[in-house]
Amino acid sequence: MLILESAIVNEGKIGGIYLKLYEMTAYEAAQCLKRGEISSQQLVKAVYERINSVEPVIGGYITVLDQERVLAEAHRADELLQKGQAHSPLAGIPMALKDNICTNGIPTTCASRILSGYCPPYDAFVTARLKDAGAILMGKTNMDEFAMGSSTENSAFHTTVNPWDRDRVPGGSSGGSAAVVAAGEAFFALGSDTGGSIRQPASLCGVVGLKPTYGNVSRYGLIAFASSLDQIGPLTRDVRDAAFVLDIIAGHDKQDSTSVPGKKEHYVSFLGKEVRGMKVALPMECFGEGLKNEIKDVVMQAVEKCATVGVHFSEASAPSTKYALPAYYLVAPAEASSNLARYDGVQYGLSVRDAENLLALYWSTRKQGFGPEVKRRIMLGTYALSSGYYDAYYLKALKMRTLIREEFAKIFKDHDFIVTPTSPTVAFKIGEQKDDPLTMYLNDIYTITANLSGLPAISIPCGFVEGMPVGLQVIGRPFDEGRMLQFCYCLEGLLGIKGCMATINVKEGK
Amino acid sequence: MKVNKKEVEHVAALARLTFSPEELELYTEQFNDILEYINRLNEVDLENVEPTSHVQPLKNVLREDCVVTSDEELRQSVLQEAPEVEHGFFKVPTIID
Repeated sequence: MLILESAIVNEGKIGGIYLKLYEMTAYEAAQCLKRGEISSQQLVKAVYERINSVEPVIGGYITVLDQERVLAEAHRADELLQKGQAHSPLAGIPMALKDNICTNGIPTTCASRILSGYCPPYDAFVTARLKDAGAILMGKTNMDEFAMGSSTENSAFHTTVNPWDRDRVPGGSSGGSAAVVAAGEAFFALGSDTGGSIRQPASLCGVVGLKPTYGNVSRYGLIAFASSLDQIGPLTRDVRDAAFVLDIIAGHDKQDSTSVPGKKEHYVSFLGKEVRGMKVALPMECFGEGLKNEIKDVVMQAVEKCATVGVHFSEASAPSTKYALPAYYLVAPAEASSNLARYDGVQYGLSVRDAENLLALYWSTRKQGFGPEVKRRIMLGTYALSSGYYDAYYLKALKMRTLIREEFAKIFKDHDFIVTPTSPTVAFKIGEQKDDPLTMYLNDIYTITANLSGLPAISIPCGFVEGMPVGLQVIGRPFDEGRMLQFCYCLEGLLGIKGCMATINVKEGK
Repeated sequence: MKVNKKEVEHVAALARLTFSPEELELYTEQFNDILEYINRLNEVDLENVEPTSHVQPLKNVLREDCVVTSDEELRQSVLQEAPEVEHGFFKVPTIID
């Protein structure tokens, strides 16, 4: 499938088309490495060149690692590859990690002043797994502070732009991860998803983003936002790459007590299997009010294409989905207010020590360290959990969570998947929603249910509106990521929007 | 249910946060907008519904309670991130006057 002309350093020929090295998918790059046609060092150099040329416009990274150090790692990967000792398909492939995933000795800031310069003394489970697999870390990506936001504008450091249009947001909170993958600044990235933070930016930047089943990927070393909702997952240029990355990061970890023990799946083996006879539900609530007509059309065209290969579609109803967002904005802030209590200026991070007593230390540190959205959510969560309001707010939200789970379980009794748009709009303009928290929250209206019910969900590009990518979301049964990827791999082939990448004219800035 | 500035100030104190008078004004307004939206939950009869605090049917995960020694290097790398250290401990301002 992949033909690479020999002695070409910066270009590869894939499916008859010449590509720059950084434009390949992780799988294609890995195949080239395996055959010895290119080296990991060449890949790393190509990605650094790309970063140097586009990063001043995109701003997807918070930290880019030192090139010499990274090249030394690539050199080690090359030695293993040459000896045939690289056991992972991602050995030697440049990647990026969201800046809330701990990396030993490398700054991990959550895009917050309160963790500015903080270097964790340990690796997250997923970091360790990817290191063992020989993937090469290029840097840490920008995000909304503590993963709270849908545009990456809440980063305390800088705003990332959408590689398809520099006036628009990349989505969020994993906006940096989505942007660097779409801009060719890494072959794949990890993000985290609490209410849509992998899928929504993937949708807005035209890449694939997968949130695994709650408990499928260890959260050890993921800086906590809302512990009962958070999951780590891949952002990639196509479905196959998502399967390869998930194969490496999924599986039981005793360091995370919410990690679910079970048989390890081999997700890549599902790709290319027959999809005929699969049953897909279209919840009416996700195709009505609030959804742009053009987006609905693009999603429905994708659905119709699927019908040509024997996939059955039928309408379904999940009336509680309209209460998912209010429930989420109680559960997530409540958990956040508890998780973020640890930032007190004592053990690590920012510490404002002009204070005469301990309480004043807490106040000064938190006032200076947290941004407005983080404070807003801590306040909301503290309120929802405070005496007299627990039953009126938090408990109600937990009960609503039960209703949503039950409705989805009922749909899954006679359907394999649920399909919805990922986001009600394409990427919006920078600054457009920044001062209106409630409008910003509505971006996650289709993605939040999967977090509340713990289900796996993926966004894949399905078309364009106003020249901007549109994402289609597939939600699956618990731990059914394999078949979900099988279905999406087929759909991606039918749509022909595989491994698409934004064209960035750096000089003109578009 | 509407909240006033005084209540917002009380919640801020519970959360160990402080706000300027202008911030307090803005937060109270936004707080009420968000709460109004959240109050939609009252449209649903949730009387006999069990709460879901966790989606997986996991039981408490226990392990042997045994002392594991960590090496000096790790200890140092943890303390290195601390704002102030004395005799190998985290140092804080006066707690008791």
